[in-house]
Amino acid sequence: MAQKATVPFTGTKEQEGELLKVIAELKGTKGALMPIMQKAQDIYGYLPIEVQKIISDNTGIPLEKIYGVATFYAQFALQPKGKFKVSVCLGTACYVKGSGKIYEKLQEVLNLKEGECTPDGKFSLESCRCVGACGLAPVMMINEDVHGRLLPDDVEKILAQYN
Amino acid sequence: MENVTIKINGVEVSAPAGSTILEAARYAGIEIPTLCYLKDINEIGACRMCVVEVKGARSLVAACVYPINPGMEVFTNTPAVQESRKKTLQLMLSNHERKCLSCVRSGNCELQTLCKELGVDDEAYYDGNKIHYELDTSAAHMVRDNNKCILCRRCTAVCSNVQGIGVIGPNERGFKTFIGSAFEMGLGETSCVSCGQCIAVCPVGAIYEKDNTKEIIDAINDPDKFVAVQVAPAVRAALGEEFGYPMGTPVQGQMAAALRRLGFDKVFDTNFSADLTIMEEAHEFLDRVQNGGKLPLITSCSPGWIKYCEHYFPDMTENLSSCKSPQQMFGATLKTYYAQKMGLDPKNIVSVSVMPCTAKKFEIGRDDEDAAGVPDVDISITTRELARMIKKAGLDFAKLPEEGFDDPLGEGTGAAVIFGATGGVMEAALRTAVEVLTGKELECVDFTAVRGVEGIKEATYNVAGMDVKVAIASGLGNAKILLDKVKAGEADYHFIEIMGCPGGCVNGGGQPQVPSKIRNVVDIRAERAKALYALDAGNPVRKSHMNESVKKVYEEFFGEPGSHKAHEILHTSYVKRTIN
Amino acid sequence: MKSLEELNAIRDKMADLVGFRSEEAGVEKKAGKYERHVLVCAGTGCTSSGSLKIAAKLEEEIEKAGLKDKVCVVRTGCHGLCALGPVMIIYPEAAFYSNTELEHIPEIVSEHLVKGNVVTKYLYQETVTDEGIISMHETHFYKKQNRVALRNCGVIDPENIEEYIGRDGYQALNKVLTTMTQKEVVDCVMGSGLRGRGGGGFPTGKKWLFAMGGEPGTQKYVCCNADEGDPGAFMDRSVLEGDPHVVLEAMAIAGYVIGANQGYIYVRAEYPIAVKRLEIAIKQAEEYGLLGDDIFGTGFSFRVGLRLGAGAFVCGEETALMTSIEGNRGEPRPRPPFPAVKGLFAAPTILNNVETYANIPQIIMRGAEWFASMGTEKSPGTKVFALGGKVNNVGLVEIPMGTTLREIVEEIGGGIPNGKKFKAAQTGGPSGGCIPASNFDVPIDYDNLIAIGSMMGSGGLIVLDEDDCMVDIAKFFLEFTVDESCGKCTPCRIGTRRLLEMLTAITEGKSSLEDLEKIKELCYHLKSSSLCALGQTASNPVLSTMKFFEDEYVAHVVDKKCPAGVCKSLFHYEIDPDKCIGCTLCAKNCPVNAITGEKKKVHTIDTSKCIKCGVCASKCKKSAVVKK
Repeated sequence: MAQKATVPFTGTKEQEGELLKVIAELKGTKGALMPIMQKAQDIYGYLPIEVQKIISDNTGIPLEKIYGVATFYAQFALQPKGKFKVSVCLGTACYVKGSGKIYEKLQEVLNLKEGECTPDGKFSLESCRCVGACGLAPVMMINEDVHGRLLPDDVEKILAQYN
Repeated sequence: MENVTIKINGVEVSAPAGSTILEAARYAGIEIPTLCYLKDINEIGACRMCVVEVKGARSLVAACVYPINPGMEVFTNTPAVQESRKKTLQLMLSNHERKCLSCVRSGNCELQTLCKELGVDDEAYYDGNKIHYELDTSAAHMVRDNNKCILCRRCTAVCSNVQGIGVIGPNERGFKTFIGSAFEMGLGETSCVSCGQCIAVCPVGAIYEKDNTKEIIDAINDPDKFVAVQVAPAVRAALGEEFGYPMGTPVQGQMAAALRRLGFDKVFDTNFSADLTIMEEAHEFLDRVQNGGKLPLITSCSPGWIKYCEHYFPDMTENLSSCKSPQQMFGATLKTYYAQKMGLDPKNIVSVSVMPCTAKKFEIGRDDEDAAGVPDVDISITTRELARMIKKAGLDFAKLPEEGFDDPLGEGTGAAVIFGATGGVMEAALRTAVEVLTGKELECVDFTAVRGVEGIKEATYNVAGMDVKVAIASGLGNAKILLDKVKAGEADYHFIEIMGCPGGCVNGGGQPQVPSKIRNVVDIRAERAKALYALDAGNPVRKSHMNESVKKVYEEFFGEPGSHKAHEILHTSYVKRTIN
Repeated sequence: MKSLEELNAIRDKMADLVGFRSEEAGVEKKAGKYERHVLVCAGTGCTSSGSLKIAAKLEEEIEKAGLKDKVCVVRTGCHGLCALGPVMIIYPEAAFYSNTELEHIPEIVSEHLVKGNVVTKYLYQETVTDEGIISMHETHFYKKQNRVALRNCGVIDPENIEEYIGRDGYQALNKVLTTMTQKEVVDCVMGSGLRGRGGGGFPTGKKWLFAMGGEPGTQKYVCCNADEGDPGAFMDRSVLEGDPHVVLEAMAIAGYVIGANQGYIYVRAEYPIAVKRLEIAIKQAEEYGLLGDDIFGTGFSFRVGLRLGAGAFVCGEETALMTSIEGNRGEPRPRPPFPAVKGLFAAPTILNNVETYANIPQIIMRGAEWFASMGTEKSPGTKVFALGGKVNNVGLVEIPMGTTLREIVEEIGGGIPNGKKFKAAQTGGPSGGCIPASNFDVPIDYDNLIAIGSMMGSGGLIVLDEDDCMVDIAKFFLEFTVDESCGKCTPCRIGTRRLLEMLTAITEGKSSLEDLEKIKELCYHLKSSSLCALGQTASNPVLSTMKFFEDEYVAHVVDKKCPAGVCKSLFHYEIDPDKCIGCTLCAKNCPVNAITGEKKKVHTIDTSKCIKCGVCASKCKKSAVVKK
């Protein structure tokens, strides 16, 4: 079951205005819900109830339906992401080259479980499917940076580069 | 329509083009088991109970959604088909809380029936990890227990596709999929209207009404309490089903006898207050027409509809009739007029209602529903709960004599009893309004244009030189269509009847659950409505204003319809709510 | 764009530029504006290893060297050899630089670009011979490849429509619109024998034929499945990143055939580069009038919209993809009705995958016979595979259908690293199965793979060696399916989970032989009774490993041993007293202090404390820590 929001909502009027503009633009197109949700996530970084309510109120789509869609797809986040989003590839190529151990190490070092964010909002951790860098397996990404050919011992050193 | 010939189990069968295998099989006398399938409501082929073999197909196919083609060969009873259905059931059971003996649906559970029919011999065969879910008891009227949910999605289909509300739906995915509301809100926090249609279609014990029967037993056994019960019209059209009677058998007399034997001090009839409602509502309508009040006037008998209007059309609450619903009018009259007449302290009266409806459980707790300073109605139970009480008390329903209701709140006309079917309130109102307006007796009281199970009906009647345009909607999806038209200025009705449940109260969320096997081939709405129209036709008094007890109540207590006193006691107010 | 003349004018203008980089026979090479072209791979693989910084550095150094007008830097799509990234090729020498580092750049610029001396030490060493450097196309990795779908990948700048036009782009669209009837086009596609490259292998022409006809003016849609989700597969991404216009052109052709004026590309949001290049390509095609109204003045209109997936593997299933585009949970719908009759927004729809589309323009231009002459009789053409796992040359390869696994692994893939033994290849991802060494010489095509219990899938090919446990691999794929099951139908929602629990029990030594039968039964149930292909094929990895590696399952179940030493519950670490020299390295590194022993004396592992992380074994210089 999805976790309840742990971080208070801090959306601004500007963000809301931006979202309303997106909704107004896309509302008429067929199947607009997903694109709206994707844009909303771009704007707010995640889709808390406050954001989903705005979408529901302005499209007439029931809130539960939006939530059902949000929880179906892995990319929609109900929790804010950390300043640095760490994701470990658990795709086949990485897995056979030991990415599972990298992931375990990260869980241990950051004291996080899948999808969680450190209390200081710095790191969030998740696993992901193939990022297409199979040649560099095993791979983890921190925001846009790809770190490849990893050993568990490299993890702490790499994390230390992010402040 | 053209017929298509196919072979089922080697036998040629002809069925209309466009039929599914499931439908075609019925022509061959073969009933294919289903679970998630609800005709026109939930056609998703998800549960895989109805799998059959089709020659040439790579895998088994779902008969409920697979259209027939000429020359197709289907096998519904091969070992592979049998084995598949059994395994699917065993998988379901591995993720189902099997507290079957203490389950409210025991004996009436579609999963249980299928397990028996399809020979499941080891219910623990695939047992593994389960996710535990907390019960949702937040709503006034019902409980959701995801531990028993088999994810057939009949509830969410009826909520979204029929009622157009969608406060429950599938969340998460895969094994973690569960039915719930947004952000795990309790149903009570959402804009659920309490219609209970989800309960009516749930095949298992995952959704059920809150049982209030124990409170009644306690009240009956409390010597200080005067316990009076009222029964809504639609209850008598369906209660018999719980005791083996064919659908559509009216059981009014036995029902009254049963209630008396359960120990109620007085057994009254909501039909009485239905007639009272007509008096007030017809007056209100004429008043709005003559004095330029807000039109169209929309009926207020259905608490599911009222809550829907407050959430989804808050700008139209002024169109709602200010009349309390018959349940509430009854309770108000019981605790004011009747209490005064009998010298009872309203505080010592326990006002009980038996309703085809779950939203009535919500309605009794609304604000401005307490004419005597205490709630008009204290306990509202459904038809199902009454049946349970009768069974528990060991009453042999079939052998009960036919008895009448108690006076004076037990008198009802034919106009009142049809309140239970869509169009009934409109017809009853027309019978009275026309006579009041024209001052002449109607030659024929049957307004057949407003009868029938269609979701939206319209009619125009010339009454005393005025064209009165009326419309009727049942089911909230249909209500929305109608109201959108009104809001857009595309329709200029004077009077609209809206019932929250499709077909009206006969198909209410509190009525006996009908297994999909029957539901998919029989129109519950029409069958049960027949009982009500038969009762109407058989009643010598068929117009609300001719109800002698009602006349007497006005003479002795309220004065005129729409009087100040009537307003204080028989009318209510509404709130504007948001959508969640 | 109103006419062929306009298109040809651009093509001719670009001919020298793109021809200069071509290594295809018969293309005349003329240095046009630039003396040298540096093609830097800007696919995801090379970008991840820093190729964009390399390209920027190159431009900086080129500018410094005053060669700005003589040397151009082109950011291309994927060259395939991702393991060697970043890679770049310099023409006209066709010098193939690999594992390029920023520090190499000044030298490459000053030596190669300024003086014309190829810096051989930075080249892919297989291209360096005693007789001078050879083209990368003559190396083992490329020799057996035949780039059809990937024809333009790594050759053109994907963000420049004119380079695509220079390589005969949009000629096929012009040809069908101005000279062919719908029937002729569909006959051509049928005649080529092209089968869907997304995995199912359904004849593409037939699919198109089903969606033809109907009332004129019926709204129809052409969709492109770019929701490549098989773990380890990245063929479609490479096409989108390296040659986005080929997909747009093919979709427009499909639109002409079935009478659709709207296309949708459903692309994984996890592919940001592909998304960006598609956005650019659509915009450019619209600007050039190659998408939009009245294309080539024929009255034919076609537009393409982009829809982003949001991380659900099941959306690769065609009906789920459509429900997703419609704005719903991506749950599959039962078929029939098939999409050709009632698809997206309930309108007739065709859906093909990226690689399938990438073949279409060439089939139109070069003819059905040309295409059918490649590959095998029932599976003509080529197939792109993403080669991964325990193989030296990890990357993307396009080979004719019918190539054997041995050729792929040993020749193209360069064999298994560290002298390990080949155990099996996994194809088809979570829907596929494994090919054991005994089938090393089976020609790979759709039907042969199905016959041996696997499937083509979209083309992931993962090589496994003796260190891989087949039960663990089956479990890995099942974990994926359990995660990705949509949860709509009972067999898949609950069955895959129960299957996973049973497999997990095997890896923990908690199963009996009877359980293996129960597993098989459940596998067949999923196959026969699930709603969509995801559930129907979810048990393939289990069934095929059980079929070919039964001994390994039995070893887990009966002997409670994992022969590959992967399943943690079934082995323990011991220190070989004959080899241990008491260096204490293992004890110092043990995260749970499970190892004790005095300095210079034999150490021991307390198996009750040991978490089997394997750190001790990796630290021991005497190989004294052994798995038992």
